[in-house]
Amino acid sequence: MFDLGYNASLVAIGAGLLGLAAGVTGTFLFLRKRALVSDAISHSTLPGVALAFIVMVSFGGDGRSLVGLMAGSALSAAAGLLAVGWLTRRTRLAEDAAIGVVLSVFFGLGIVLLTVIQAMSAGRQAGLEGYLLGSTAGMLRTDALIIAVGGALVLALVALLRRMLIVTAFDPEFAGSIGIDTGRADLAMMGLVLAVTVVGLKIVGLILIVALLILPPVAARFWSDRAGSVALIAGGIGGVSGAVGAMLSVSAPALPTGPIIVLVAFAIFAMSMLFAPRRGVVAALIRHLSFRNRVHLRQGLLALAQGQPVYEALTRRLLRRAGLIRADGVATGAGTAQAAKALLDERRWQWLRASEGTGAAAARYDGLTPIETVLTADQIARIDSQLRPGGLV
Amino acid sequence: MTQLKLAAQEGAAPVEDLSDIPLAIRGLTVSYGSDPAVFSVDMTVPEGAMLAVIGPNGAGKSTLLKAALGVIPKLSGLVTVYGQPIASQRRRIAYVPQRASVDWDFPTRVIDVVLMGLYRDLGLLGRVRRSHRDQARACLARVGMEGFADRQIGQLSGGQQQRVFLARALAQAADLYLLDEPFAGVDAATEKAIVTVLKALRDEGRTVVCVHHDLATVTDYFSHVFLLNRRKIAAGPVAKVFTQQMLQAAYGGRLSGGQIDRIAAS
Repeated sequence: MFDLGYNASLVAIGAGLLGLAAGVTGTFLFLRKRALVSDAISHSTLPGVALAFIVMVSFGGDGRSLVGLMAGSALSAAAGLLAVGWLTRRTRLAEDAAIGVVLSVFFGLGIVLLTVIQAMSAGRQAGLEGYLLGSTAGMLRTDALIIAVGGALVLALVALLRRMLIVTAFDPEFAGSIGIDTGRADLAMMGLVLAVTVVGLKIVGLILIVALLILPPVAARFWSDRAGSVALIAGGIGGVSGAVGAMLSVSAPALPTGPIIVLVAFAIFAMSMLFAPRRGVVAALIRHLSFRNRVHLRQGLLALAQGQPVYEALTRRLLRRAGLIRADGVATGAGTAQAAKALLDERRWQWLRASEGTGAAAARYDGLTPIETVLTADQIARIDSQLRPGGLV
Repeated sequence: MTQLKLAAQEGAAPVEDLSDIPLAIRGLTVSYGSDPAVFSVDMTVPEGAMLAVIGPNGAGKSTLLKAALGVIPKLSGLVTVYGQPIASQRRRIAYVPQRASVDWDFPTRVIDVVLMGLYRDLGLLGRVRRSHRDQARACLARVGMEGFADRQIGQLSGGQQQRVFLARALAQAADLYLLDEPFAGVDAATEKAIVTVLKALRDEGRTVVCVHHDLATVTDYFSHVFLLNRRKIAAGPVAKVFTQQMLQAAYGGRLSGGQIDRIAAS
C-alpha cells in the first residue's frame, strides 16, 4: 500500500521501537498507578526544548539539532518531575494537585518561550511547534537512528529493573522489608518514563506521549493476568501503533504524527476492551446473561417442583424455550423430571449447609452448582438417608 | 512532657549485648506530621518467642513494625536484628503486610507472589528455575494452597490471600517473622492453618511477632505479649503481662470490666 523510501522505513522502525519502549515502560507506570505523573513529565519538556533552541542559536548553532533539544527537554522534564515529588512530600498537596500545578506552569512557560522564539531576529522558522504534536516531516536519518537507539536503551534498562519494579508496584511495604529502596525504584521508573518522553518528543510530541505510555498497557491488561505478559503485549501494541502510525503519517505529510499514532493505539485498545476473552466487555456481558438465565431457570424449576406459579416473563420464556413448560405454563414431562431433580439438589444442599463440619463443601453453594460436582456418590447417598421426605423447609 | 523519657536515651547505652535478640528496638518514635504515632518505645523480642503486639485501634501497632523494618521513616530510635543493623540482616527477616495494603486485582498469579519471597536468591536478573518453583509450591502446600498455584490472585478469598502472603514469607526462610494482623478478617479454617504454621516455625526455633487484635485468642496462640498504646504499656510472658490491670492500662475505658475479666490470664 505504501511505497516507503529508505528514510521513511527508518522513521517507521524508529517509531516502532519507540512505541515498544513506551508500551513496556508504561506498563510499570500503570501497575504502580502513577500514570498521570507522565503527563507532568511530558509537559515539563517544553521550556527545555525552547531554552535549548535559544541557547544553541545564541551560540551561533543551527538550533534544530535533535540531540541538543533532547538534552534541554530532559533537563526541564527532570526539574518538573522533582518539583512534583517535592510538592507531594513537603507540602500538603496531594500528587494529583502537584501534577496539575507543575504541568500547567511548565507548559505555560514553554509556550511563552516559543512565542519569544517566533519573534527572534534569527527569524528562522524553527519548527519547534512540531514538538507539540510530533512530526516526521523534515526528519533526518540520524534523527530516526537516535530515536531507535534511545528506545532500545530504555528497553534494556527496563528488562534489567523489571523484577524490582514489579515487586514495588504490587506490594511496596514488602519491597521495603526485603531491602528495596522503593523511593529509588520509583525514581528509576520515572527516569525511564522521562527517557521515553524525551526520545519520543520528535515523533509523537509532548502532548500525546502520555497516550503512548498508557494506552498499550491498559489494552494489554485485557489480554493477560500476568504482569510480565502484560508488559510484553503492551510493548507489541505500542510497537505496532508507532510503526503503523508513522507510516500513515509519512504517506500524508500534512498529518501530525502523534495524533495518528495515538489513534492507532486507541483502535487497538477499543478492540481489546470489547473483544478480549474473559476480561472484555462482550465476554463479560455474555457471562452475565448466561448466569442470569441459569438463575431464572433454576428458580423456575424450583417453583414448578413445588407447584407454585411462575410469574416472571423471562423465566417463563426460558422454561418454554428449553421445552420444560407448555404455553399454558404447565410443566412438560421433561420439565417435571428436571424440577424434581432441582428440588432434590436444593434439599441436599440445604442439609449440607445446616450440618456441622462440612465447611469447605458447603461453601461451594451458589444456588446453581449441582451437588454431584462437589460431593461423591457415597457422600450424597449418606445425605439422602438423612433427608426427611417433603419439600424445602 | 517532663516526666517522659527522652527518645533513644536507652539505645545510646553502648554496653548492651543484643546479639542473641532477634529484634531489639530502643527509643523508637514515629510521627505522621507533628503527632507521634509511636513514642519512645523500647521492645525486646526474645529468641523463640511467639509474641503478640496488642493495643487499641490507633495505638501504633502496625506503625511500630513498619518503622522497625524501615518501611516507613522513623523520627528517632535504634533497631537491631540479632545485634546488627537491620540493613545487614534483611535475609533473616520475613514480613507479612496487612492483606488490605495491596491491590488484589494486580495481574499476577499465586505462585508469582510466592516467588517474590525468593527475590533475594533470584536477584535482579536470575532466571526462575524449576527448583525455585518447587520451593514455592512446597511453601504453598504448607499453608494448604498447593492447588491454587496458577490462579490469578483476584480469584482468592480473603483467607486464601492471607495464606498466600504467609507462603511468600515461608519462601524467605527467615529466622524472624513479622506479621501485621494475619488473622484479620479470615475464615476459621485459615486461622487454624496460619496458627499451625506459626507454631511449627516456633518449634523450629524461629521467632514470630504478630500484630494481633483478637484478645480472646492471645493466651492460646502466643507465649509473649507486648502491650502498646503509643507508648509501651507492658511486655513479657503472657501469664505475667496479659492481666486485667495491664489491659486496663492499655485500653483505658475502651474495654468493659467484664470483657477484661473474661479474657485476661488467670
